[in-house]
Amino acid sequence: TEDPDKKIEVVLLACGSFNPITNMHLRLFELARDYFHETGKYKVIKGIISPVGDAYKKKGLISANHRVTMAKLATKNSDWVEVDDWESSQSEWLETLKVLRYHHQKLSSPEPTNSLQNAIPLTKPGRKRKQEPNRHDPVKKKNQSPDIKSVPQVKLLCGSDILESFGIPNLWKMEDITEIVENHGLVCISRVGNSVQKFIYESDILWRHKNNIHLVEEWITNDISSTKIRRALRRGQSIRYLVPDAVQAYIEKNNLYSPESEDRNAGVVLAPLQKHASDSRN
Amino acid sequence: VRMKNRIPLILLACGSFNPITNMHMRLFEVARDHLHQTGQYQVIEGIMSPVNDDYGKKGLVSARHRIAMAKLALETSDWIRADPWESEQETWTETVKVLRHHYNESLRLLQFRKELMKNKWPIERSTEDSLSNQHSVLPELKLLCGADFLQTFKTPNLWKEEHIKEIVEKFGLVCISRAGSDPAQYINESDLLTKFQHNIFLVKEWIQNEISATQIRYALCRGLSVKYLIPDSVISYIAQHNIYTEESEQKNEGDLLQPLKLHNTTVNPLND
Repeated sequence: TEDPDKKIEVVLLACGSFNPITNMHLRLFELARDYFHETGKYKVIKGIISPVGDAYKKKGLISANHRVTMAKLATKNSDWVEVDDWESSQSEWLETLKVLRYHHQKLSSPEPTNSLQNAIPLTKPGRKRKQEPNRHDPVKKKNQSPDIKSVPQVKLLCGSDILESFGIPNLWKMEDITEIVENHGLVCISRVGNSVQKFIYESDILWRHKNNIHLVEEWITNDISSTKIRRALRRGQSIRYLVPDAVQAYIEKNNLYSPESEDRNAGVVLAPLQKHASDSRN
Repeated sequence: VRMKNRIPLILLACGSFNPITNMHMRLFEVARDHLHQTGQYQVIEGIMSPVNDDYGKKGLVSARHRIAMAKLALETSDWIRADPWESEQETWTETVKVLRHHYNESLRLLQFRKELMKNKWPIERSTEDSLSNQHSVLPELKLLCGADFLQTFKTPNLWKEEHIKEIVEKFGLVCISRAGSDPAQYINESDLLTKFQHNIFLVKEWIQNEISATQIRYALCRGLSVKYLIPDSVISYIAQHNIYTEESEQKNEGDLLQPLKLHNTTVNPLND
């Protein structure tokens, strides 16, 4: 029989510019993990920061090398959040769904060091097991659990702005949004008094999968956006205690943000908008 | 304006710091940026002065710990430091007295430096360099606070009128508020504050980061994460010494704050 105390393993994946990473980004992970643990049903085993590639073409986006380095500096003192540069090392911009699929795949693929459970073939409940006369492997009946409990779930971690960006024309593909909330799940951190619930209510797709959209309230107003950090830096103002010390030092040493850097990609169409516009033309 | 012609300025923040948070340290950074941009001041020092245990606020843990945590948090700052004088006094000390103490200390230091230079260069006194020029200018000491602090001036019996006057007239306030709040209103509502408004610097913090120490304590009691809200070194210290518990939160429960006790001895404390 299935172990009732066994928790669903969750991996939190945050996609974004991280231009630069701030204490607020890092807090999202902490808040999400606390939330999942308090339900008693989940265990968060890992957090992944996946900075977007340069091909995203967002205004003011500096080189991925720097952004990845800063994220790594920021997570140096974390024992569960790490940085992944797969997305940023692709030459073309990738849809968020593809990044989710990639990480899910990475976690699902059998490895020698994985636990025995992953090596044993699983069936979904309700299906007849195929008769395989040549199989000599011991069949452990108690592992007739659905796939979902053995492979960690990769959930997209974000703020309410990302969720609400689902409504921006041509930014997301409808089928991508559907697959994200259906197969993976969303963890959305937002401030008290936000309009996220209303947004979900007004969307048929999101409403249908609302059980897979976890809303976490942040009680401590924490408005440390990267945009404000870059603005402060251009004005020669301090960013101490808003980003980890090591990130602040790195920015200062490399003189990363300036009026010039903010002008990068000015006038260029954001990659997803360009891609979806041309897709619809074809 | 060149730095050497600016008035040297020291920022002093009084409070519980129970515990110190990233927000407390941000106040100093924001204040310094603002004062530098006025072109008139050079901020030479920041002092954090945790309140005496005798203050009697609910949930206030021992000053020994609060000082230790502040020192840990400020280890990487090259201009802000934690000062134990206020917490080491026998009883709770009025804010104006803390200001006076630190002002006198800065004068003493100035005098000491003057003597040092006089002895070093007895012949070349005519070639006073910019450094000694600056040091002969009296520093100003200003109280750094949040906008809610201005409001507390109105709380009956919390402040003595003559103290408020001395604070705004002789020293000055640097008051940080968040976008959306309007501290100018509190000044407008008070004749005294209006009279000395030239000495009250209102600074807006656009990057909202309202990390209240109370919420931090609640989170800690509930086993929730406070990482990235307070420095890692402070988190470790709290864990190591098991400082914030349900029990610590009950300390001074039902007691009246010391300043209210002192200024209002004819009224019975609430839970008598």
